Amino acid sequence: MELSVLGQNDAGHHSAGGCSSGSCGSTDDQLSHLPDHIREKVHNHPCYSEEAHHYFARMHVAVAPACNIQCHYCNRKYDCANESRPGVVSELLHPDQAVKKVKAVAATIPQMTVLGIAGPGDPLANPERTFETFRQLSEQAPDIKLCVSTNGLALPDCVDELAKHNIDHVTITINCVDPEVGAKIYPWIYWNNKRIRGVKAAKILIERQQKGLEMLVERGILVKVNSVLIPGVNDEHLKEVSRIVKAKGAFLHNVMPLIAEAEHGTFYGVMGQRSPEPEELQDLQDACAGDMNMMRHCRQCRADAVGLLGEDRGDEFTMDKIEEMDIDYEAAMVKRAVIHAAIKEELDEKAAKKARLAGMKAPQLGDEALGKGYRPVLMAVATSGGGLINQHYGHATEFLVYEASPSGVRFIGHRKVEQFCVGNDTCGEKESALSGGVRALKGCETVLCSKIGYEPWGLLEAAGIQPNGEHAMEPIEEAVMAVYQEMIAAGRLDQDQTALRANA
Amino acid sequence: MALKIVESCVNCWACVDVCPSEAIYESSPHFKINAHKCTECEDDYAEKQCASICPIEGAILLADGSPANPPGSLTGIPPERLDEAMREIQAR
Repeated sequence: MELSVLGQNDAGHHSAGGCSSGSCGSTDDQLSHLPDHIREKVHNHPCYSEEAHHYFARMHVAVAPACNIQCHYCNRKYDCANESRPGVVSELLHPDQAVKKVKAVAATIPQMTVLGIAGPGDPLANPERTFETFRQLSEQAPDIKLCVSTNGLALPDCVDELAKHNIDHVTITINCVDPEVGAKIYPWIYWNNKRIRGVKAAKILIERQQKGLEMLVERGILVKVNSVLIPGVNDEHLKEVSRIVKAKGAFLHNVMPLIAEAEHGTFYGVMGQRSPEPEELQDLQDACAGDMNMMRHCRQCRADAVGLLGEDRGDEFTMDKIEEMDIDYEAAMVKRAVIHAAIKEELDEKAAKKARLAGMKAPQLGDEALGKGYRPVLMAVATSGGGLINQHYGHATEFLVYEASPSGVRFIGHRKVEQFCVGNDTCGEKESALSGGVRALKGCETVLCSKIGYEPWGLLEAAGIQPNGEHAMEPIEEAVMAVYQEMIAAGRLDQDQTALRANA
Repeated sequence: MALKIVESCVNCWACVDVCPSEAIYESSPHFKINAHKCTECEDDYAEKQCASICPIEGAILLADGSPANPPGSLTGIPPERLDEAMREIQAR
């Protein structure tokens, strides 16, 4: 497919995935090929820019409880404070409360640049609550970017209102473009005052999503498309989805793994539909990447999440705590501007450094090494932000996974350390965090962290994963490349070229 | 004649927004229907609106006391399969 909108770089440079340059570390490098006006819009948006998500934080406010469709991966009854996934919230807010909360968070966490409304239902099925929140925020907190995510059914009716509130980022969840596939994902929709089921329902939903996408693009509003990868249902089909949404002008595609556990009470969970393995997700993202900018750093956060991606500081901002805070937002905005400028400066420096390194990194391996075609290696990294290896292994609730290969380093995705709910006895069994960490790192050969304890070290080694604390406080991508070069020098990549992926 | 909301309601507001008679109101522990105002949408729509958008099986009762959306009708999960899954989870 010709790339009329995104102007992505020459496809000939692409290797296995979306990586476009020798030093490619992430989807962010792909963003760097976007037109300036789009880059300007996303440079500080943690959900759209992989680079930004190390520095900037986001929050969601749960003002939109109603939904107009049912998805087979969602259960509207579910609410557990220990779960982190879309559609789940602990405290529903009225618009006035939401505005208060946003200002309190923005004053306390100045890195918070983005406010999203994502549920717990569909924001555009709650137009009054959603737009009242946006209206107040655009007046009272003009330094915060506003965005919204939707299933798309009500989207065409809301596009003008979205444009009016200066919302320049919209996420549409599009799981299919074929109603037959859709009928396996959506049991019903509420449309024109009727509950409609099956293929007919899916056809209406798909038409509305596509129309909404076109209308947003016409108005210059940035559109990201989210898709849930459901093995055996839409896995192959998502390649077509990716091609179509790109052709229509979506600028980023985020394929997320299905979350399905029987204890969530969802159709897929109860019926035993499996979730994809990390490798399946990566392969599909790579397959789509030839056509589309892929997002790989999504954490599938809750509809009331607060903080950097991967962290949730929602507990600090419950309504009873917010009521007691005295927020001077004018003063907060001044402080925020200073901090945003400092982060931007740091990012610019980093980008300049990256550009300098880009020309030298691959050759560092030597032509001989390149010629040998060393296999790629997956490495896990423990980081608490800032793009550095700066987290203790035992403190990591998730790891970032990078792939090192002769052509450079690229970001693959994140792995959560499964933390089992201890809230009540229906939430599944507890499990030691130690073995959970090892399991999360399946397929990785090394884990880089600032420090690591004796016990996990042994467990990791026994599982064939080499712990490495020698690159503490170093920039992630440089450290990953250094370790890869050490592995080559030690002859570890000479032997078995395919063992790892096969075992994974 | 009126519909009734019962305790399995999750307070999602969907019904409030679509009721043509403004018969549904916020209440604790869950939303309620004012029986004097509820018309069962008779003159307005072919389908009872609250029952058509409600995502929770059994949360809205018809005038005869039967669920507007019986078990399995919205999620597509056969009730016996759900029972089985719940038994399995509880036995862990």
